[in-house]
Amino acid sequence: MKLYNAMKIWMIAGFVAVVVTACATTQEEMISGDGEPIDGQSQTGVVDDGTSGGADATGLDGADGGDGTAIMDGAPMDAIEMLEQTEGALANRIIYFEFDSAKLSSESIQVLETHGNFIAGNGEVSVRLEGHADERGSREYNIALGDRRAQSVRRVLLFQGASVDQLETVSYGEEQPVMSGHTEEAWSKNRRVELIYTVN
Amino acid sequence: MPLFANAALTIEITGGVEGGLPIAVVPFDTSRLSSKLPIDIAEIIASDLNRSGVLKSMERARLPANPHYSNQVQYARWRTAGQDYLVVGRVLEKSSGLYTIEFQLLDVLKQKQLVGRSMPAKKRNLRSRAHQISDFIYEQITGTRGAFNTRIAFVRAQKDAARKYILQVADTDGFNAQNVLESDEPIMSPSWSPDGKSLAYVSFENERPEIFIQHLATARRSKVSGFRGLNSAPSWSPDGKFLALVLSKDGSPDIYTLNTATKRLKRLTTHRSIDTEPVWASDGRTIIFTSDRAGSPQLYRIDVGGGKPKRVTFEGRYNTAPSLSPDGKFIAMVHGERGQYKIAQFERETGNLTVLTDSTLDESPSFSPNGKMVLYASTRGNNGFLYAVSIDGRAKHKLSDQAGDIREPVWGPFESK
Repeated sequence: MKLYNAMKIWMIAGFVAVVVTACATTQEEMISGDGEPIDGQSQTGVVDDGTSGGADATGLDGADGGDGTAIMDGAPMDAIEMLEQTEGALANRIIYFEFDSAKLSSESIQVLETHGNFIAGNGEVSVRLEGHADERGSREYNIALGDRRAQSVRRVLLFQGASVDQLETVSYGEEQPVMSGHTEEAWSKNRRVELIYTVN
Repeated sequence: MPLFANAALTIEITGGVEGGLPIAVVPFDTSRLSSKLPIDIAEIIASDLNRSGVLKSMERARLPANPHYSNQVQYARWRTAGQDYLVVGRVLEKSSGLYTIEFQLLDVLKQKQLVGRSMPAKKRNLRSRAHQISDFIYEQITGTRGAFNTRIAFVRAQKDAARKYILQVADTDGFNAQNVLESDEPIMSPSWSPDGKSLAYVSFENERPEIFIQHLATARRSKVSGFRGLNSAPSWSPDGKFLALVLSKDGSPDIYTLNTATKRLKRLTTHRSIDTEPVWASDGRTIIFTSDRAGSPQLYRIDVGGGKPKRVTFEGRYNTAPSLSPDGKFIAMVHGERGQYKIAQFERETGNLTVLTDSTLDESPSFSPNGKMVLYASTRGNNGFLYAVSIDGRAKHKLSDQAGDIREPVWGPFESK
């Protein structure tokens, strides 16, 4: 199990931007779930499962810390502290996909609901959704596929109440693999959307 | 200056030139020059002709004689050596760095000259002149215009500690590579303007895909598309006035045309599937593109005025990356089957599909401007290499060097005559 956890702090012209990228979940957990994959391309599919998935149960009530994981030493956590947590759904910032598909698994939707609630409750947070594809097939098709994947993720976040202004999607297609090699393992790690947070 | 300027690409013939018409290219006489030429003209010509698959040039060590003028040729010796054609030539110096190249193409059986030319040359365009001679010879023998003296563009990625992407143009034999753009962020999708003077491409230099047009001689460039979401897959119309491109600003990736002068944008497809990889038919009236609207990626065509797209390919579950032959009769594409991605040629009238390559990760096919070769990229190990295959699949060669991962080759147009 590969833990990917990086933190960069930039100070730009008077404001501090904290970008945290972390993932504590392996791709096996993400794609081998027993739940039926949800058609992330279908608005209604996401909507139905978004509500039935229990946003209250798994979601965070923003900065107020409506969820137990958001409380440390009894004090409410701010957005930066919550993003610095290395466990929990918010630390899960990579969503994986099947070959030639932009569909989200039900596990992925649950993770994204948590993110969506957090983003909705923290107006100072913005997220860049970077879509990626594995190396197979044509580069142009793959950058379009990465775009579809980022859009699938965006739809769930919007449904949870994140605002359009907080979200940016960008597709890199197959240009930036995280794992090289021509194996199913490498391919499955490269078919992904990364959530990259900025706190203004 | 370019990091890889003049980096030599070595050429390796990987598929049969057996059956090519035998031709001997004798080293040109350079004995009267004040200093040695930087290139071997006869070697460049012999290599060009070999790559075509139509001709097979005789190994230099086996040449039975070394004539430089047609009147020095003893035809019987060349006939005995099994040659049908013979090329002789010489380089004369008019003044320092200013040359005249003379060559003669001789028919060994008929014992007569087929074509002879004298052309001025400068030190810096000697290589281009050699390719031009190859074009004369090829056209004289085959009746088809040669495409050796054209240019190719491609993206070279360095995967070292400092990641770097370099858009380059080079001669068709891979030599004479020059940098167009260097970036720390990905560069994709080069497309030649029909006059060969500009490239459109996608650059991530602002951390998102945007489309630029760059004039090669002046390096002047402008951003032509930077909408929210995807800006990708630019393709020039045959009259050079429009770009077809892919935008996702209205939802899913769709095909648009952009008038580069008025900036007027027209949306051609509206399906919620992926629509991408537009290429124009040579009459400028239809566009071929890739769509997964039927569940798997296939090629479609649509009128540039709009309307309902018609499906073009049906065989297999993965047909992408179309490149149209100049006469519009063939489409080269990536054909995926059983997890392997190869270059295939699709005949539009008959629907016949011919797989041209035998590797597993081939992509980005691009027809030569004379329609006789298809240039493509093939991933082997950790790097991509450029290959070209003749449209009958018989002759294949590799253009490569050790510097990086090369992808997305596109073959430029003929220079205007």
